[in-house]
Amino acid sequence: MAEFFAKVLEIAQRYWPLFWAGTKVTLLISLTGTVIGLVIGLLVGSVRAVKVEPRDSLGVRIGKRLVHALTSIYIEVFRGTPMIVQSVFLYYLLKPVFNWKPVTAGIFIVSVNTGAYMAEIIRAGIQSVDPGQTEAARSIGMTSMQTMLLVVLPQAVKNSFPAIGNEFVVNIKDTSVLSAISVTDLYFQSIGVGGSIFLFTQTMAITASIYLVLTFTTTRILGLIEKRMGRPRSSFPASQTVPGNPTF
Amino acid sequence: MENIIEIRGLKKHFGQLEVLNDIRFSVAPGEVICLIGASGSGKSTLLRCINLLETPDAGEILVHGQNILQGRMDVNHYRTQVGMVFQSFNLFSNMDVLKNCMVGQTRVLKRNKEEARQKALFFLEKVGMKDFLGASPAQLSGGQKQRVAIARALCMDPEVLLFDEPTSALDPEMVGGVLEVMKGLAKEGLTMIVVTHEMGFARDVSTRVVFMDKGIIAEEGAPQDIFQNPQNPRTREFLSRYIQA
Repeated sequence: MAEFFAKVLEIAQRYWPLFWAGTKVTLLISLTGTVIGLVIGLLVGSVRAVKVEPRDSLGVRIGKRLVHALTSIYIEVFRGTPMIVQSVFLYYLLKPVFNWKPVTAGIFIVSVNTGAYMAEIIRAGIQSVDPGQTEAARSIGMTSMQTMLLVVLPQAVKNSFPAIGNEFVVNIKDTSVLSAISVTDLYFQSIGVGGSIFLFTQTMAITASIYLVLTFTTTRILGLIEKRMGRPRSSFPASQTVPGNPTF
Repeated sequence: MENIIEIRGLKKHFGQLEVLNDIRFSVAPGEVICLIGASGSGKSTLLRCINLLETPDAGEILVHGQNILQGRMDVNHYRTQVGMVFQSFNLFSNMDVLKNCMVGQTRVLKRNKEEARQKALFFLEKVGMKDFLGASPAQLSGGQKQRVAIARALCMDPEVLLFDEPTSALDPEMVGGVLEVMKGLAKEGLTMIVVTHEMGFARDVSTRVVFMDKGIIAEEGAPQDIFQNPQNPRTREFLSRYIQA
């Protein structure tokens, strides 16, 4: 047992620059991928929340249904296939077009994959917003676009913040599949280290610890943000015993 | 005086249910009209049709002589002229009190920030909510929310203000404050259409009472006539239940 840990320590001391380099790539891809994925999700999710209305003309109706069908296909395909398959498929498919590096491809794939999940999260978030909010916005003359951007989306994002944050945590772990297209993330580096010294168990103990620290810290930070968002912004007293009087 | 709103032959059904059947209704400047009637009689639907939150199936809604149900009307512009106060307040919960009253002014009417702020402060003071500018809706009581909602609607300088059961969701002790505000507005000559179960308000404040029953206007007239000498047996029956209760 002591021998095992001694070995682990030795590997960590000797190879930490590789682990560190891998950790940076993992964080880079999962963070940018989540952010871009959120943007995709906001767009696709809002579009999917638009309903066909009786006032719509035939053209608008067809347009809405078409957009709905296309976004459905996107979501079903990317949620219904493994990201490892998506990454190999898209990396080689688009390599002649973009001539891209694995890291770039990795960010692209994580973004598009996360976007599909985010779209459903955002759509659910939008549906959780009280319809009265939309009615109030429309009743003062806001367009449907203004209603979405100023009233509904801010509340939808706030409501679904835990699920959005969870996507980031999932991405920290799931970017490991990108080693299939030789993205030099934490997992890829670890396999390199383990393979060169034939001590996979000890190496992976280090790798697992690093992943755990990353996800644990992230979860805690997200929890703090969530708590802050739940609090009203101003330090206004929660109950006012003396009601204000109308001045007529 | 010329009518602001004139409604002719308005029909609306939800599925098989006929909610509004051939409604004829007009609103002149300065009128305070109370729509009364049992639940499901179509009062709220009529109100919601007036600012197009519901789309009528047939009929005309003429606003200053122009039919707003015709294809090319700018619905959003029209809605700024017809304010709405909801039963469930519907304050924007992602904005504080002041922002609730400013966002429509700056984004829809394109007023500048300072002008919008002054107007918001003016009306918030009027409804007695000036001390709550930074409060979020979640921190307010129902009555306070409703008064802010009234200020929000007033900030758009509407020609007509619609109230959809503004006190029905309130605790009894909160009702008075909201009704006070509405009385004040009526006294200042604001044109109002109020769906309400507050018979006292209908009797004392309105200039005309409209009794709706099963999707039609069964009776309408001056409040003293409706309350003291109702002609329609349905009106009599409805009012007697209120007086007993």
